[in-house]
Amino acid sequence: MDKVFKALADSSRRKLLDRLRIRNGQMLGELCEGLSMTRQAVTKHLHILQRANLVATRWRGREKLHYLNPLPIHEIAERWIKKFEHGRLQVLADLKKNLEGDTDG
Amino acid sequence: MADSRFVYVTYIRTTPQKLWNALIDPTFTRQYWCGTHQESEWKSGAEWKIMIPDGRVADSGKVLEIEPERRLVLSWRNEKKPDLRAEGYSRATFELEQQGDSVKLTVIHEMDKAGSKFIDAVSNGWPLILSSLKSLLETGESLVETREWPKGM
Repeated sequence: MDKVFKALADSSRRKLLDRLRIRNGQMLGELCEGLSMTRQAVTKHLHILQRANLVATRWRGREKLHYLNPLPIHEIAERWIKKFEHGRLQVLADLKKNLEGDTDG
Repeated sequence: MADSRFVYVTYIRTTPQKLWNALIDPTFTRQYWCGTHQESEWKSGAEWKIMIPDGRVADSGKVLEIEPERRLVLSWRNEKKPDLRAEGYSRATFELEQQGDSVKLTVIHEMDKAGSKFIDAVSNGWPLILSSLKSLLETGESLVETREWPKGM
């Protein structure tokens, strides 16, 4: 999970994930189009994303296609976000109870 | 691109034998796949379908390739929504690969058609089902929201 958080802690890599979210299954050249990053930088970022399992690749003939793999993000959501969400909902429920209690008083 | 495809990869701390069993055994699938189970003879060319608890068929197709504990390829058509059914058969590939004390599970769902609504629809479901499968095998508990077929669907 450390690898996922580290991979996500970079705006260039998040941008690459966003590009795959909009259009899945792109080649390196397509992913580089219109970006200010060098091809070498994109390659390096993709490598980090792959090691974190956020990007999966498949070959189609001689073309290497990159796919967004959302599962690690999903696992983070299950493990971390939902648990915090539960706490926040409890806070809102308590707040409502207090405010309504005030109105009564 | 003239096709629609999603590729999912997850690493599950289990054995290929247990994971394979969890993919096809009704007592497992019901827990992480919204109460559904699959009916098939699980051999190449056999019919295959996903059954909703109330007896309706959600999806159906054929077993295209089967290599127990390693690889399963299914043709797959939605049977519930006319617009999705009209798109015809998609293809789902499950690959299992032992890596250390885990199994790398790759699920590819694809259709030879650009902008497939069906592939788009299943892409919303797979992450939840696969996360729940991982949770079930690693902790003994699936995710709560995958334990029952959603009401009204």
